[in-house]
Amino acid sequence: MPIYSKEIIKHFKNPKNVGKIKKPSGRGEAGNILCGDIMTLYLKIEKNEKGEKIIKDVKFETLGCVVAIANTSLLTTMVKGKKLEDALKIKKEDLIKRLGQPLPPFKIHCSLLAVDALKEAIYDYYLKNKLEIPEDLEKGHQRITKTKEELEKRYKGFQAFEKEILK
Amino acid sequence: MKKIYLDYAATTPIDPRVTKAMLPYFSEKFGNTMSLHSFGQEAKQALEESREVVANLMKAKLNEIIFTSSATESNNLALKGIAFANENKGRHIVISSIEHPCIIESAKWLEKQGFEITRLKVDKYGLVEPDDVRKAIRKETILVSIMHANNEIGTIEPIEEIGKICKEKGVYFHTDAAQSFGKILIDVNKMNIDLLTTSSHKMYGPKGAAALFIREGTKIEPLIHGGGHESGLRSSTVNVAAIVGFAEAARICQREMKIESERLTKLRNKLIKGVLQKIKGSHLNGPPASAMPKALWAGPPASAMPKALRAGPPASAMPKALRAGHPKKRLPNNINFSFPGIEGESLVMQLDLLGIAASTGSACSSEKLEPSHVLLAIGLKPEQAHGSLRLSLGRWTKEKDVDYVLEVLPKVVKRLREISPFKR
Repeated sequence: MPIYSKEIIKHFKNPKNVGKIKKPSGRGEAGNILCGDIMTLYLKIEKNEKGEKIIKDVKFETLGCVVAIANTSLLTTMVKGKKLEDALKIKKEDLIKRLGQPLPPFKIHCSLLAVDALKEAIYDYYLKNKLEIPEDLEKGHQRITKTKEELEKRYKGFQAFEKEILK
Repeated sequence: MKKIYLDYAATTPIDPRVTKAMLPYFSEKFGNTMSLHSFGQEAKQALEESREVVANLMKAKLNEIIFTSSATESNNLALKGIAFANENKGRHIVISSIEHPCIIESAKWLEKQGFEITRLKVDKYGLVEPDDVRKAIRKETILVSIMHANNEIGTIEPIEEIGKICKEKGVYFHTDAAQSFGKILIDVNKMNIDLLTTSSHKMYGPKGAAALFIREGTKIEPLIHGGGHESGLRSSTVNVAAIVGFAEAARICQREMKIESERLTKLRNKLIKGVLQKIKGSHLNGPPASAMPKALWAGPPASAMPKALRAGPPASAMPKALRAGHPKKRLPNNINFSFPGIEGESLVMQLDLLGIAASTGSACSSEKLEPSHVLLAIGLKPEQAHGSLRLSLGRWTKEKDVDYVLEVLPKVVKRLREISPFKR
């Protein structure tokens, strides 16, 4: 049996929704302290005729392994066009289920990364629009912030350097 | 799709000439080497002829070669066998910090049994300083084990000098030559080696065969007790077919070593030069390749990572031999790059989708979620090890394969960097 399911390879080969959104409604960053993966996710949120908040567009960027990239791509396809409140309910288990074949145990944490970035982007949207932040989202935000700080320490100077070599 | 195998350091295909030599030993000459009858004699003769070939390739005597099942077993036997046979003299062992896991884990286990382990640091090219070995040896030291060539970054250690120091101090010297045996010259006498590990499947022989050279008169205990095979040091019915294959592989390596190492060095240098030129921010982990333009030296970075990655270490800080480009410090077939801004497992899998088989020291590819201990030991930060790629060339690597990698790899790195948030 190959290590990864067809679904993972499909998304890894051709990740959907790669890139960024200018002036996003919400922007979320998450990092994985275990292996050093890091990602950014952008949301464009608009209200429909009924006044419901809809994720109109979503984009992401990931420095990470196969599962991290594939999962984020999969997640973006799951939330695009969906109601914000439904996107909030997504858990990493939902992602893992969609991948078709059980992940190797040491790869489970990679799935958390995508969900974290999504939740952070939604948190950012709530904050910007001065909406009341649900308790779960706030708790998650605190955990993610702590991890991110650790990673930033590790990656300090990295961005400036990348800018220079890749220009 | 055409497939290009560039993971020869992991394992090699069996050379068809080797397969041919092995075939009679499965169903026809199947005897047990311990049997008295003609079947046994036939097997025994094949075994002893094989021993001679393997011994020859390292200038050892016939009775100094013990066949085992793997380099891991040989290394376990060397460390534990020496430890238990010599604990009356002392319980101190010296290894390097970039050994193969089978040495590191054996040493760790011995530590639990009350032995004391010194792990020597290496420099930014992965080289052990012989003087550090001298300083580490104490009255209680019974064994020094330093690998001949590193499996990840291809560094060839100064084992002749280390061997000399061990001889002076009266300490056994073991070297793990799994990556170098059959590829570069080894002379156990000239190099003052007491124990040496080899492996068949790294040199176009079958898996399941390996050897440990044990110098005559060395005090060592067996790990496997039984019918007394291999001079009582490794009981088990002998895997004659695999050992015959191992010997045939050694014979071919001996014959072709010079031409093959020159051919691979050229291909290696072309690939290194091409990648460093074509991929921004790329750098070579391990010792510089020979005859490389000055601007392309890019050993592992020193302290400030960005600057170091761009420029490599200052030429003045490098030993003279390395400044001139030292063809003898890096295995002819080993290449190890880091590409900042991307992750190695993704890189390996993208390359695999394009038909190129390679490996990485990224944490994401290891079940322990730790980056390669070798890359960390030469001073790479976890995120640099994160974006590492090992390409190891071999007998069937052609120039057009190198050209294909040079065409594909920059595109794949570019693609992954586009996905990465580190591109702004």
